[in-house]
Amino acid sequence: MRAALKLENDLHLNRRSFLRVSTAAAGGLLISLYLDLPATAQEGNQAPPPKVYPPDAFVHIKPDGKILITVNRLEFGQGVQTSLPMILADEMDADWSQVVAELAPAADVYKDPFFGIQMVGGSGSIAHSFQQYRELGAKTRTMLVAAAADRWHVTADQCRTEKSVVYGPGNQSARYAELANDAVRKPVPEKARLKNPSEFRLIGKRVPRLDSRAKCDGSQKFGLDLDLPGMKVAVVAHPPVFGGRVKSLDDKDARRLPGVRDVFEIPLVKGSGVAIVADKFWIAKQARDRLKVDWDLSGIEHADSSQLWTTYRELARTPGNVAVARGDDKAIDGIPAARRMVAEYEFPYLAHTPMEPLNTTVRFDGDRAEAWVPSQFQTMDQMAIAQVLGLKPEQVTFHTEFAGGGFGRRAVIDSHVQREAAVIAKRLRGTPVKLVWTREDDVRGGYYRPMHAHRVEIGIGADGMPAAWRHVIVGQSLVAGTPFAVMLIKNGVDQTTVEGTSDTSYNIPNFHVSAHNPTVNVPVLWWRSVGHTHNAFVMETLIDELATRARIDPIAYRRKLLKPEAKKLRAALDLVDEKSVAWRNNLPKGHAAGISCHESFDTAVACAVDVSIENKHPKIHRATVAVHCGLAVNPLTIESQFQGGVGFGITQLTGAITFKDGRVEQRNFDGYTPPYIVDAPVTVDVHIVPSTEAPTGCGEPPVPVISPAVVNALAKLTGKWYRTLPLVTI
Amino acid sequence: MWVNHRLLLPVFLLMLVMFVTCVALSTQAGKEIMDKTSAADLKLADGLGAWEQVYAVLTSPRCINCHTATTYPQQGDDRHRHFANVIRGPAGKGVPGLNCVSCHQSENADSTGVPGGPNWHLAPLSMRWQDTNDRPLSSGVVCRALVDRSRNNGLNAPGLLKHHEEEPLVLWAWNPGRRPDGTMRTLPPLTHAEFVAATRTWVDAGTPCPSAK
Amino acid sequence: MATFQLNVNGQSKQVNVDPSTPLLWVLREELKMTGTKYGCGISACGACTVHVDGIATRSCVVPVSLIGDRAIVTIEGIGQDPIGRAVQEAWIEKDVVQCGYCQSGQIMSAVALLKAKAKPTDTNIEESMGGNLCRCATYVRIREAIKSAAGQI
Repeated sequence: MRAALKLENDLHLNRRSFLRVSTAAAGGLLISLYLDLPATAQEGNQAPPPKVYPPDAFVHIKPDGKILITVNRLEFGQGVQTSLPMILADEMDADWSQVVAELAPAADVYKDPFFGIQMVGGSGSIAHSFQQYRELGAKTRTMLVAAAADRWHVTADQCRTEKSVVYGPGNQSARYAELANDAVRKPVPEKARLKNPSEFRLIGKRVPRLDSRAKCDGSQKFGLDLDLPGMKVAVVAHPPVFGGRVKSLDDKDARRLPGVRDVFEIPLVKGSGVAIVADKFWIAKQARDRLKVDWDLSGIEHADSSQLWTTYRELARTPGNVAVARGDDKAIDGIPAARRMVAEYEFPYLAHTPMEPLNTTVRFDGDRAEAWVPSQFQTMDQMAIAQVLGLKPEQVTFHTEFAGGGFGRRAVIDSHVQREAAVIAKRLRGTPVKLVWTREDDVRGGYYRPMHAHRVEIGIGADGMPAAWRHVIVGQSLVAGTPFAVMLIKNGVDQTTVEGTSDTSYNIPNFHVSAHNPTVNVPVLWWRSVGHTHNAFVMETLIDELATRARIDPIAYRRKLLKPEAKKLRAALDLVDEKSVAWRNNLPKGHAAGISCHESFDTAVACAVDVSIENKHPKIHRATVAVHCGLAVNPLTIESQFQGGVGFGITQLTGAITFKDGRVEQRNFDGYTPPYIVDAPVTVDVHIVPSTEAPTGCGEPPVPVISPAVVNALAKLTGKWYRTLPLVTI
Repeated sequence: MWVNHRLLLPVFLLMLVMFVTCVALSTQAGKEIMDKTSAADLKLADGLGAWEQVYAVLTSPRCINCHTATTYPQQGDDRHRHFANVIRGPAGKGVPGLNCVSCHQSENADSTGVPGGPNWHLAPLSMRWQDTNDRPLSSGVVCRALVDRSRNNGLNAPGLLKHHEEEPLVLWAWNPGRRPDGTMRTLPPLTHAEFVAATRTWVDAGTPCPSAK
Repeated sequence: MATFQLNVNGQSKQVNVDPSTPLLWVLREELKMTGTKYGCGISACGACTVHVDGIATRSCVVPVSLIGDRAIVTIEGIGQDPIGRAVQEAWIEKDVVQCGYCQSGQIMSAVALLKAKAKPTDTNIEESMGGNLCRCATYVRIREAIKSAAGQI
């Protein structure tokens, strides 16, 4: 029998700290930060009191038996509007066929229990809310049973529950819907018995998504689909260089279009732009095309890719701020030249381009406001809107809309899109206004995964294993100058720049990692799996290269080099070996297998791909993926996340945002190309390591493994190592 | 002496007249022959020159982008591969779900930047003017392809002229509409009238092709 | 501004718009039919796919003035068609969707494929679906669902 689910002590919080957010009296933003550990942490000092989450904020049992479960997350593809309700419904013994999910508005009670703000990110939805939703379900059940026990004059432990019915010791039974009014008057228990994993009915099962039908028949509404009485639509003309300002404006032609309501300059987070408000989107867009703006682009840096590469390459050749210093940093110099290598890598800016373009709708009523946002960052966005409107956050009713993807793009520290919308709403007082960013706005609007340069010097031991490793990484900081800096910048190094290298699970002696975080006038942002995107690519291709040099099988090499305590990664590697060995040993001519493994956000992933070259592009016939994510809450959602996540990860091989004289050179999907069906693996088989450990996330972990695996396969076909992305020529 | 001095002069005069006549006649004939040769040469030269003008139009982006040798059309003045994996399909009209007419309507859509014309489709592979590496074929190769009735849909020389004069998709090249960024697409190097005139000259010259491969 | 009589999902609808307005925005903002999505505006992603006289058409680039009396079918109406319904049910059964934003267009393109080819090969699927972008990369399950629907028709 497997060890009982050791959930409470296994809630592994890596080095992140809590973020407490509050607004200062003057309407400004004050973020106070302090290190905070979960109540059940091993260290057990000065833990704050556990939060009490009132069940009635999360569960609403309707008279017709429907059970409305409120999800404290954005649903943007990851399936959380199914998997979190599953957890609660299981502990509650609810009839799953009666469960309906809704997305929570912004409110204190819906904050992420670990991050302390309402958000989706860091692959934390299940990892941080698993326990929470279990308890909510268990407590709700306890209250329902208490109500029934009262009614029947029996004790609670004489009752049992199943599929939204409480059964008494005799013939008594009562549906949850009948008991709801009484149950809600019962005291919320401090603790409630959680199920033994063997009692799970839903958790651990392949439960289909609740939102499928609506997303297949056109009825699912996303933020962009919102339609309110009297609503106007706005677009904003942004300066062609970040931080530019309006010098002069000729809006005669724009205003002539029927349906144009207003044209006016607005401040942006940096610089200024021009808002156009119209009755409909197409009119607003046409009006913007007719706008003649003279931009002041002086006094700001004009980012230029070729200049930046020159700077980055030079920086990579000098030591940066130290991220890791283990062993002897001179050890490499003592290794003979024949066993030393230098590898330089270049990664471009990447745009997220979620399928639903960015949008925000706001109505300002003077003493109140209402906002509808497909938001990954509800607390921050609500605060930003309130700040612009001169309100307190609680005066802004903030609805979370379904989002057409996000990948990090809808969690922006400066809430720039929401601020634009609020500024416009303020002027249009009383009229709701939907701000729409066109795809061109999105591709050109910044907040990219930063460009990076790496320079790695490796000294190889006589046994072919790395004996010394000196690694410099260059890339913009994601959080410098923001409230998150205190948390994430250590010794002058933004941890998100080096994650994936600095925390490597490989046992590399004399391991030195340093980084430069240059300041560039390009807004940057976390892009699904953040620093792991480029760091895993470097590590996994270099490990493969070393294995090839040593004539050791790539899986065997990794097994040898991984730290013994990297249990999850070893388990994933073993499983991918087992599940792919048959086809790897049976590849047709012109095909090669590529291997990679990487742990991120506490989830370990190993990947094997079958690649050939077609029309000068890599053709990925198959990917076998093995995952260790602790307890698999919904294996169906997990499978989808990994199938999709590896397809998403191919963006690293196909996409690039480049700059010339401050201007983004790409406009739309005709210049910035994410993976289409032909670019993604044809089949992806996903295998989950059986585990009862606390569940860890699956949103980001699929992304880092695919690009290095593909390139490792290509190396076997062409003999070349690919260190510059995107892949242009093979 | 057998030559009678009394016949010498008339014979001489006769021979002189004959000589002069012959010379005169031969000069005239030579001139006619020379005229005929010059005229023919000139017509040929004009025809070949006109062909080079036609070739310049055919290999300009607005025309050659749909006369590919590959499974895809091209777009833009830089003739890059058409975005979104648009492909030729079995009949040059795309594939179900992604036909040419999925986006290209019977006229240009200037408000959205999509070019259009009646029955928008790719020229068949028999009418390719590029190689499989997207490089334009030589003038001689294209010329011979154009006049090859087994490849050009059975058009004779007057048919070719009419095609250049009237075919709507040909005419489109001179009314190619706006790009998505609002700028107008560039036109072929000749006006349509000049293109038709050059075609006519070439046709009148017997559709000569340059002998170089 | 001009008045257009449109045939949408078998019903006659009248709209009064600028003739250059793309069909996409007529559907979404005049007829309040938001199932057809805006993803790029330049026909590069397929989120806006509808059927016009049975042909998959990218409504974001087609001005309403060029539609005429041709029959428009959108995601809201495709379920009335047996192949449309089979595709939607296959999509649900195979749990294809993630964020779902591209899926109206994916379904409309898949229906067009299946109407032309009852048993599409992998190559047919890749070619016909080749211009439909999904940032969640649900492509693996899209392939499975198309094959499943083909088996059901």
